[in-house]
Amino acid sequence: MSETPPSILPPGSRFDPGLASRMMTRHGHGGWLGIRYHDHGENWVELSLPWREDLVGIDGKGVLASGPIISLMDNATSMSVWTMTGQFVPHATLDLRVDYMRAASPGQTVIGRGECYKLTRTISFIRGIAHDGDPADPVAHVIGTFMATHGSYL
Amino acid sequence: MSGLALPPYAQALGIEIDHDEAGEPVLRVDYSNRVAGRPGFLHGGAMSGLMEMAGFAALQAELDRRGETMRLKPVNIQVEFMRGGTEQVTYAKGTVTRAGRRVALVNAEAWQDDRAKPIALAQIKVLLIPAE
Repeated sequence: MSETPPSILPPGSRFDPGLASRMMTRHGHGGWLGIRYHDHGENWVELSLPWREDLVGIDGKGVLASGPIISLMDNATSMSVWTMTGQFVPHATLDLRVDYMRAASPGQTVIGRGECYKLTRTISFIRGIAHDGDPADPVAHVIGTFMATHGSYL
Repeated sequence: MSGLALPPYAQALGIEIDHDEAGEPVLRVDYSNRVAGRPGFLHGGAMSGLMEMAGFAALQAELDRRGETMRLKPVNIQVEFMRGGTEQVTYAKGTVTRAGRRVALVNAEAWQDDRAKPIALAQIKVLLIPAE
């Protein structure tokens, strides 16, 4: 299971995706990738991934590798769950499927929008898209599940 | 990607080719802040990225054996996370399940100190486009 960041908020306080992103993306893999907070709503969070030369993949023509897109979407969907529950609940990614619609445009920042569309006590169901400017023309679609590892979502 | 050259993303993340196992490359990444998720654990995205690179490397090795030059275009990836990765070396290897003329299906697994206990599995579908 993929582990997620530890609680950065005192128990009982309302989860704030903007604040949490700033703290969570300062270190570790997300920080190295340069992932930043972009926007959020009731059950969704958008994070951004600026293009960088050293994140280019097998295409070799300036197209971002798919690994960073997976990381972006793992983080955005994970945070969408806590945004929906309103509090931090330790959880782990059970599975994630990513469909690549097209290559991300070289030089463009990729926005990852993660949405939690269903919560049960133990499982959260998430989906999302990654786009590089036009949400109607996504780079990737994702779908997956997380499991609450300590306590429950509801 | 040629048989032995990893793309910029893999190199920047610290992914290396560890050794060759019956014609299929085993990739490794040392634990560092670059691959860290929550403190003490490997990030799921880094794990996925490593498996994807292992998958592409296995497919490239297979295409090299056939003498085919193809451009690889990822269609999708399905990742199952089974255990939390801890602060140690992580390995990954891809296995080409089916490589036809236009599409290939590659399985990949990631493990740490115990090969018999993979931490994650991935299924990767790749479109093969004849290089011009």
